[in-house]
Amino acid sequence: MAEFSRGFGGRRRDTDVRLPPGQYLTEDFPVLSAGPTPRIPTDEWAFSITTETGERLTWSWAELMALPAEQVTTDIHCVTRWSKLGTSWRGVSLDVLFADVETSLDFAMVHSYGGYTTNVALEDLLDERSWVAFEFDGEPLDPEHGGPARLLVPHLYFWKSAKWVRGIELQERDDPGFWEQNGYHLHGDPWTEERYW
Amino acid sequence: MSAPRWMPARVAEAVPSTAHARVLRLAVPGWPGNLPGQHLDVRLTAEDGYQAERSYSIASSGPGELVELAVDEVVDGEVSHYLVRVVEPGDAMEVKGPLGAYFVWDAGDPSPVQLVAGGSGIVPLLAMLRARVAGGVGGPFRLLYSVRSAADAMYRDEIDALASGDIEVTWAYTRAAPDGWGGRVGRLGPTEVAAATWPPDQKPLTYVCGPTGFVEAAADALVAAGHDPLRVRTERFGGR
Repeated sequence: MAEFSRGFGGRRRDTDVRLPPGQYLTEDFPVLSAGPTPRIPTDEWAFSITTETGERLTWSWAELMALPAEQVTTDIHCVTRWSKLGTSWRGVSLDVLFADVETSLDFAMVHSYGGYTTNVALEDLLDERSWVAFEFDGEPLDPEHGGPARLLVPHLYFWKSAKWVRGIELQERDDPGFWEQNGYHLHGDPWTEERYW
Repeated sequence: MSAPRWMPARVAEAVPSTAHARVLRLAVPGWPGNLPGQHLDVRLTAEDGYQAERSYSIASSGPGELVELAVDEVVDGEVSHYLVRVVEPGDAMEVKGPLGAYFVWDAGDPSPVQLVAGGSGIVPLLAMLRARVAGGVGGPFRLLYSVRSAADAMYRDEIDALASGDIEVTWAYTRAAPDGWGGRVGRLGPTEVAAATWPPDQKPLTYVCGPTGFVEAAADALVAAGHDPLRVRTERFGGR
């Protein structure tokens, strides 16, 4: 048990069972990124999945829009401790994008426009656990929040939900991505506080 | 590398910085030292066991067990309110860190450095300025610091002293300028950012820190002026 901080607690936040440990609720939508915001026109946007054989499946924006999209309402949790409950997204499930992918690999490196990367285990991407999202609250996703499209992996800390996503490269090992090389956990489960190395 | 642990910390000093901000020096036995630009997590525990955690940038760097934070009170902020208004020397809390390996300055890098701060975004950048001055190594530094008014500037006297040395400092005032100020008052636009920063052909390493809207505008202006986005590092305080 930590030593208590004299006089602390007067302005405590409401607690909520939907909040993982160490998180607090926010009503606005903070922006945290490692560099300037890339602005990618949809007619230049493409998304690809690359496997161990070098096979590469690619979707243009129009092709992504032609796929079945889902409405997703979910809580999101940032490693910087804000959580936002009941956020509303629209996107294409990774299950749809992986439908024709043949692989025996277990891990993925997610690549973004602007150079950002993050590693995610394949089991965290499939079975209705992640989406390529292009709408937030019924509006096209703002570039600050990763538009035109970002990955959405709501059960992991939000740095795994790569903004400006451009592709997924399957990999044999769980090699670290950008923040993972800079001190953050390889997996990032908010409920067990997998924040740092 | 092993995961950082929570470490007991005691407030050694608490000094007002502005009307709504305070500089805290924490004594942290066993603190391993930190690089300029890193941050730490603070955990507060109420008598009944209720806890709250937040991240704060560190204004100090290098070895030693005294760690300096500068905290700006956030509207309705439970932790910032406590740190700015309530905590006194001798009070206890816990810290975890140092954290972050990206928004840091490497004193061995001879590149010109451009710092762009909005409000309390000065804190990690001040750590870099102090390291540059104390070490006497590294390339030339410039600071562009945007504040609402002179009274809102954290570390104003220290920054003015740096400006009389070999650090180039440009102030920008968004609401009210001090008496005798000849420049414009208002939010930084692309023209002001370009005028007060290293030109792209100097290939500076740029660190931008502040509230989201400020960082977005400044980083966009730098990219539009021709800077390589991969050499523009940003740290956004998240709120609008």
